[in-house]
Amino acid sequence: MIGELSLPMLIASVLAASAPLIIIALGETLAEKSGVINLSLDGVVLFAAMAAFVVAKETDSLLLGFLAGGCAGMLTGVIVGYFSIYLHLSQVAVGFALSLLCRDLAYFLGNPYSRIQGPTMLSSKLPFYDSLPSSLQIILSQPLTVWLALLLVAIIYYFFSFSKAGLNLRSVGENPAASFARGLNPAKIQMLAVLGGAFLVGIGGAAYSLSLKPGWGRPQGAEGIGWIGLALVIFGGWNPIRVALGATLFAFLQVSGIGLQDLFPGIPSQVFQTAPFPLMIFTLIFMHFSTSRSRKQGYSSSRLQRLAGKLFMSRAPKGLGQSYRQE
Amino acid sequence: MKKLIIDILLGSLLVFSFTSLVLLIAGAPVLDAFKHIWLGAFASSIKISQVLSVWVPLTLCSCGLLFTFRANLWNIGIEGQVTMGAIGAMAVLRIPGIDPTLTLCLAFLTSMLCGGAWGLFAGLLKTRGGVHEIFGGLGLNFVSQGFILWLIFGPWKRPGIASMSGTELLNRKLWLASLPGWRVATAGIIITITILILTWLFLQKSRLGLKLKAIGQNPKAALLYAISPERYYLQSIFIAGSCAGIAGFIQTTGVYHRLIPSISSGYGYLALLLVMLSGYKIVLIPILAFFFASLNVGAIQLPIVLQLDSALAGVIQGCCVLCALFILGIRHDR
Repeated sequence: MIGELSLPMLIASVLAASAPLIIIALGETLAEKSGVINLSLDGVVLFAAMAAFVVAKETDSLLLGFLAGGCAGMLTGVIVGYFSIYLHLSQVAVGFALSLLCRDLAYFLGNPYSRIQGPTMLSSKLPFYDSLPSSLQIILSQPLTVWLALLLVAIIYYFFSFSKAGLNLRSVGENPAASFARGLNPAKIQMLAVLGGAFLVGIGGAAYSLSLKPGWGRPQGAEGIGWIGLALVIFGGWNPIRVALGATLFAFLQVSGIGLQDLFPGIPSQVFQTAPFPLMIFTLIFMHFSTSRSRKQGYSSSRLQRLAGKLFMSRAPKGLGQSYRQE
Repeated sequence: MKKLIIDILLGSLLVFSFTSLVLLIAGAPVLDAFKHIWLGAFASSIKISQVLSVWVPLTLCSCGLLFTFRANLWNIGIEGQVTMGAIGAMAVLRIPGIDPTLTLCLAFLTSMLCGGAWGLFAGLLKTRGGVHEIFGGLGLNFVSQGFILWLIFGPWKRPGIASMSGTELLNRKLWLASLPGWRVATAGIIITITILILTWLFLQKSRLGLKLKAIGQNPKAALLYAISPERYYLQSIFIAGSCAGIAGFIQTTGVYHRLIPSISSGYGYLALLLVMLSGYKIVLIPILAFFFASLNVGAIQLPIVLQLDSALAGVIQGCCVLCALFILGIRHDR
C-alpha cells in the first residue's frame, strides 16, 4: 500500500495506466523484429492522440477516433518505411526528425481543440460483474483498451513464435539477404511490419487522448511515453511478454509516484511526475547490465543470477538498423 | 553546382507546399501566416536581437554536436547538458560576496565543466555499460529535468512562493551586458563566434578531428591504427557537453537572468535537426541557425495575431530536415 491507495485500487490503476504503453511498445517490437528501428515513436504517439481526439470529437464516435489514431500512426509509418527501406537513409535520423515534426504538428493542428470536453471511453462492466467480490470488482472494471492490450500481448507472442508469417518476419530481421534467397521479399515484409507497428502505436496514442488522459492540450500528458516505449523494446529483449511486463513496471512507478506525493509533502509534485522516466530507463539499464555480465561468463555461480540470466536473456535482431540493398 | 541549386529549390518548394498544406488544414490564411513570421522575426531591431539570442545557444549546441556526430555518436543528451550547464552557472552565481566579473568567469567555467561531465556520464554509460547513447542520454535528460525542478521548487525557490516561473532574478551586476537598444548579450555573440572558429580549427586542422573521423567511419579499423574509440568517444562527448554547458550559462546570465524549468527550451533537440540539415558542414551552421532562430522567434507572433499555435516553427524545421533527407535519398538511389 502506498499513501492513500488501497491494494485493489493500486492494481487497477497500474493496469489502466500500462495499457496504452503496452500497445505502443508492442507496435515498436513488431517493427524492430523485422529489422527497422522506428525512432519517431514519441511524436507519433502525440500526433495520433491528437488525430483520435479531433475525429472522436467531430464525429462523436469513439471507434472512429481510435481508427483515426491508428491511421495517423500508419501515415507516419509510410514515411519511416519508405525513407529507410526504399531510400536506404539512416533510420535514426529519419525517426528523430519525424518525431519532432509530428509532435509540433500535433500541437499546431490540435490547438483549436485544446482543453475541451470530448468523448471518453469509460470503464466497462464485465458480464459477471455483480457476482464478484468487491476488490475484484475494482480491479476488473477497466476500459476496453486494457483488455485489448492484454489480448495483443498474446496475439503478438503467438504471431512471432508459432505462425509462418511471424517466422518470415523474424528471418527478415535477422538476415534479409538469406530470406531473399529463400524467396521472401524483405522490403515488402519490412514495410508491412513497420505499417502494422505504426498502426498499433497510433492506437496506443488514441488510448491516451480518449481514455487514460482524456482530452487534448499542450502538454497532453503523453509526452516522453514514446521514448519509454522504445527503451522498453530494447531492454525487454524484443520479447512481447517481457516488453509488456516492463510497461507494467513503468505504470507502477507512475502510479506510486502519485501515492508517494502525499507521504513527502516537502518534495514538489513536478519531481514526482518526471521521476518515473529516469527511474525506468536506469532500471532497464541496470537489468541489462547485471545479466549481460553473467551471460558473458557463460555460467554464473548463484542460482538467482542464473534465473535472472534466463529471464532477461536477449539478443537484438541481427539486421536491426541496417538497410538491405537487393542486388 | 547546378545540381545543388536545383536540389535546394526543390527542397524549399517541398517545405513550402507542405507547410501551406498544414496551414490550409488548420483553416489559416497561408500568406498571412508567413508574413507574420517574417514580421515577427525582422520587424524591429528588438526582434532581430531576439533572433540573435536564440541563434547563440543553437549555434553553440550545433558546434558541440559536430564533434559527436563526427565520431558517429547520437548525443541526444545535449538537452540535459544545456540544463546542467545552467545549473552549474547558477550554483556559482548564488555565492555572495565575490567580485561580479570574477563570479561570471567562474560561472562560465563551472557551466562548461557541468555540461561536459553530464556528457561524459552518457559517454561512460556507452563505453563501459554498453548502453546506446540515445537511451543513456534520454535518461540523463529526464534526470536533469527532475533536478532543475527540484532546485526551483526546493532549495533555490523564491522566498515565499515557489513557482514554474523560476528562481529569483539575478543581481543586475551579474547580467551579461548588452549594447543599448539591443536585447542580446554581446559577450554571448563573441563567445559563440569564438567557439565556431575553434570548432572549425579542431575539426579541420587538428589530429583530434581526423581521429574522430576515423572512428566515426570505422571504429574497428581505427582500433587497428591504435586509435582508441573509447577515449575519443569520451573526448568528443565531453566537448559537446561543454559547448552545451556554455549555452546554458548564456541562457541563465544573458537571456532569462534566472533559472527556469525549461531553461534549455528544446534548443538541444533543435540543434540535432540543424546539424543533420547542414549535412555536418560547419560553414552552413551559422546560416541555418539564423534561419531556425528567426522561425522560432517569428512564430511567437502567431498565437497573438492569428490564434495559431507557435509550434508551426517546429513543423517547418522538421519538414526541412525530412525534405533534405528525401532529396539525399533519391539522389543516392540513382
